[in-house]
Amino acid sequence: MTPKRKKRMMLIGLMLAGVAVAAGFALKAFNENLMFFYTPSDVMAGEAPTGRMIRVGGLVTTGSVERQSDGLTVQFDVTDNDKTVTIQYTGILPDLFREGQGIVAHGKLQEDQLFVADEVLAKHDENYMPPEVADALKATHDAAVGGSTDKVN
Amino acid sequence: MNRYLRYLVPLAIFAILVAFLYRGLSLDPKRVPSPLVGKPMPAFSLPRLQDPEATLGDTDLKGKVSVLNIWATWCVSCRAEHEVLLQLAQTGAVDIYGLNYKDERDKAKQWLVQLGDPYVANAFDADGRAGIDWGVYGAPETFIMDKQGIVRHKHIGPLSVDALNTTILPLIAELQATP
Amino acid sequence: MIPELGNFALILALCLAVVLATVPMIGSLTNTPGWVALARPAALGQFTFLLISFGCLVNAFLTNDFSVLYVAQHGNTQLPTIYKVSAVWGAHEGSLLLWALILGTWTVAVSLFSRKLPAELLARVLSVMGMISIGFISFMLFTSNPFDRVFPVPLEGGDLNPLLQDFGLAIHPPMLYMGYVGLSVAFSFAIAALIGGKLDAAWARWSRPWTLIAWVFLTIGIALGSWWAYYELGWGGWWFWDPVENASFMPWLVATALIHSLAVTEKRGAFKRWTVLLALLAFSLSLLGTFLVRSGVLTSVHSFAADPERGLFILVFLCIVIGGSLMLYAWRAPDVTSGGKFDLFCRETLLLGNNVLLIVITAFILLGTLAPLIYDAMGWGKISVGFPWFTAMFVIFSPFLVVLMGMGPLARWKKQDPGALARQLRMGLLLSIAGGVLFALPLFHEGSIWIGLAVALSLWLLSSLVLSLRQRFKYRKGLASVLKDFGARGSGSYYGMIIAHLGVAIFIIGITYVTQFEVEQDIRMSPGQTVELAGHTFRFDGAKAVQGPNYRADQGTIRVFNSDGKEVAILSPEKRIYTVQTRPMTEAGIDPGLMRDIYVSLGETLGNGDWSLRLYYKPFVRWIWLGCILMGLGGLLAAVDRRYRMAALRKPAAAPGVPDRLATEGRG
Repeated sequence: MTPKRKKRMMLIGLMLAGVAVAAGFALKAFNENLMFFYTPSDVMAGEAPTGRMIRVGGLVTTGSVERQSDGLTVQFDVTDNDKTVTIQYTGILPDLFREGQGIVAHGKLQEDQLFVADEVLAKHDENYMPPEVADALKATHDAAVGGSTDKVN
Repeated sequence: MNRYLRYLVPLAIFAILVAFLYRGLSLDPKRVPSPLVGKPMPAFSLPRLQDPEATLGDTDLKGKVSVLNIWATWCVSCRAEHEVLLQLAQTGAVDIYGLNYKDERDKAKQWLVQLGDPYVANAFDADGRAGIDWGVYGAPETFIMDKQGIVRHKHIGPLSVDALNTTILPLIAELQATP
Repeated sequence: MIPELGNFALILALCLAVVLATVPMIGSLTNTPGWVALARPAALGQFTFLLISFGCLVNAFLTNDFSVLYVAQHGNTQLPTIYKVSAVWGAHEGSLLLWALILGTWTVAVSLFSRKLPAELLARVLSVMGMISIGFISFMLFTSNPFDRVFPVPLEGGDLNPLLQDFGLAIHPPMLYMGYVGLSVAFSFAIAALIGGKLDAAWARWSRPWTLIAWVFLTIGIALGSWWAYYELGWGGWWFWDPVENASFMPWLVATALIHSLAVTEKRGAFKRWTVLLALLAFSLSLLGTFLVRSGVLTSVHSFAADPERGLFILVFLCIVIGGSLMLYAWRAPDVTSGGKFDLFCRETLLLGNNVLLIVITAFILLGTLAPLIYDAMGWGKISVGFPWFTAMFVIFSPFLVVLMGMGPLARWKKQDPGALARQLRMGLLLSIAGGVLFALPLFHEGSIWIGLAVALSLWLLSSLVLSLRQRFKYRKGLASVLKDFGARGSGSYYGMIIAHLGVAIFIIGITYVTQFEVEQDIRMSPGQTVELAGHTFRFDGAKAVQGPNYRADQGTIRVFNSDGKEVAILSPEKRIYTVQTRPMTEAGIDPGLMRDIYVSLGETLGNGDWSLRLYYKPFVRWIWLGCILMGLGGLLAAVDRRYRMAALRKPAAAPGVPDRLATEGRG
């Protein structure tokens, strides 16, 4: 092996090592940033971890939205038509948040089964239901999942 | 050989990608057949559209082959399918019931006056609760029940003349023939 | 009647696309000049019919022809005229028609501006574009025809999604599509070159300006989308790592790698196989983006009405186009000769490093975007990948990219003595380290390592640009001589590079400052109440009802005072309800500024005139888009470089032993 070639191999090796280290970090971070989705039934069955970022979704139970005196903290129930989880959120709810509407909340589950959300997503469409919510409803309630067939949007 | 194999790497990566994308398509929750099919229809009892005092419920649909159509005036596709429903009603093959979904009563009544009324009766589901029991995801959707009240078919989206002739009418004829 | 005409024109366009895709290609392979010559008229004809078809759809919207289903769904008599036009591409079917029209436009543009190209090559390029066109037009005709009728005819249309009733979003899709589809030109050039087996510097020279223009559109399109999201979604975010955004960002990254790699291929004849692969990848990723947006396999805030049948159609199309082109690549690429030799350390290797990094970033974004799908397919559960991960990926890799960017423009082609480059850049390095430390310390504001890093990287980039300019003007004495340089051959791409890299330096400052020092507060306010935020006092003066053309709204009034008590802005954020779709919408009140934006949006009414409000102070946020604009300008300048106009056919200056003057030329 000529010295020049050796140098070249070394440089390529270094580059590969650099990319590998970076990729290692990336994949580690990946696992930490994965947010699994849980249905209210999963949460109530104790399958959802506490203290870790997860997502919970379902329909907002009619009449469950309560606003606390500071005007910003809101508490509401989300259901998959079987079990119900109480979600607490401080901040401004999305424009399309409504009772009876499908939502997905990001946040952490506390030991006392209260889900503290730091983000609540409601989708644009009157007919829209996030697929996870649709699945959750299907799984727990035998409710059928149809296509968003009215494309008013 | 190695020299040629190297250039196949992008193709191989693409093939794996396609496998996942294809799987993704079939995972689409929207094509999952309705779990209601083969099961008794969900129980419901709602005020009628034309007469809020009277109710319409699952018992009214039992004992005969029936069609339940989910519709609303805010839904453009429902307008598109309305003509097909009128055709189906004209054949006299089956009783069509309507579930007026998350709608306003006056608008809905006006719609039936303007466009014609294919329904035997309509249930008025203002807040969409019965819709959830039926697993309604969007409007329009159409269910066909046999004489025992078992859901036999669910059609998602606007009915077309084609679907009517190839699926709906033959199925109705078959269900009518069985006791 | 007119919609039928549109439909008919669309069918004719498909016929011409079929002719374009087959006849010239066969002609070029069998050496039949008559068939080859058909390419240009067929391209022109296809474009004309697509234009007619598009015109018919526009007309249907303008005349409120609700007998057309698509118009009935997305049009409305109350819609302001400009949004009647933009409603044409506001949803799936119409946006496909726009896509097809833009592809037709690019095809015609190639046929018009490439007269100096060998007829056979041009015929093949246009043919490949015709094949792509067949896919899109038949997709429309078979699964999503915008001219489908509805009966009985509704009296009023369903209206355009209020979020889309905005000028920024009216022009965002056309820009983005110009970019996506423009990459098909580089793709077609690559395929034509692979078929002909002639991958040389001339090929790179021809496809380079086209790629640059597509890249400019893509850059501006993405920036517009981000700007729109910022002021229209009401919560001040400018990038969400949403699948749809990623779908546009990935082709951008690969296209960025491509324009740099094309520079090497053009100037040095090297990296040919790599460049051609990038050209295939860039367009493949924009097709993949289309698939992700329209098939419903991933959920996103922006996705179109999903339909698995359409998804299957695009997937098959994807397999044919991408699979076919990668097969062709696997078959032909091994025979491509390696180009100019180069040393271990030189501009080529620096550009290669930049390419590798860009591809690595793309790969990670692709992984993150598809991870939910992969997990679902493998039955590992339903997941989503958090926003912070994407950001982390970007922050891990991009500093290396910027370090290389600082060295590239100064390094020589072929062979560069690392010591000499280090001596040249010594001052720049010192400056950037000093600047970085200075800004990382809590002197001007709170201390932040990230700000220090950003300032260091920006200064590094700036000093390298200054050094490069100094080197270029070393032998040019006097103002006249310097001015003359601006008109010289190759100066467009050189100054384009300078401006675009300057844009990157500004962009880095913008994103880092706004992410580090943004201040946000959600608060309940009663009329007359004040609150302090980031050195400003916000006073809420209540909200009143106002009436818009097709919406009603509550409009709040917020006065903002600076620390001296002087009024700096009166903001009027609105909460609108669009009457047709009864959909609420938040319209933010923004006081824009070069150094900071003040941003207020209304939450909900809480009774007694109280409202929940969201207040933001966003330092340097405009620099993000300013940087993008500069990048776009730079790309544009490079694309119109005189040498592309002067001598499309001249032998490239790629032979070994080019004068050293070239060392300072070109985008590096």
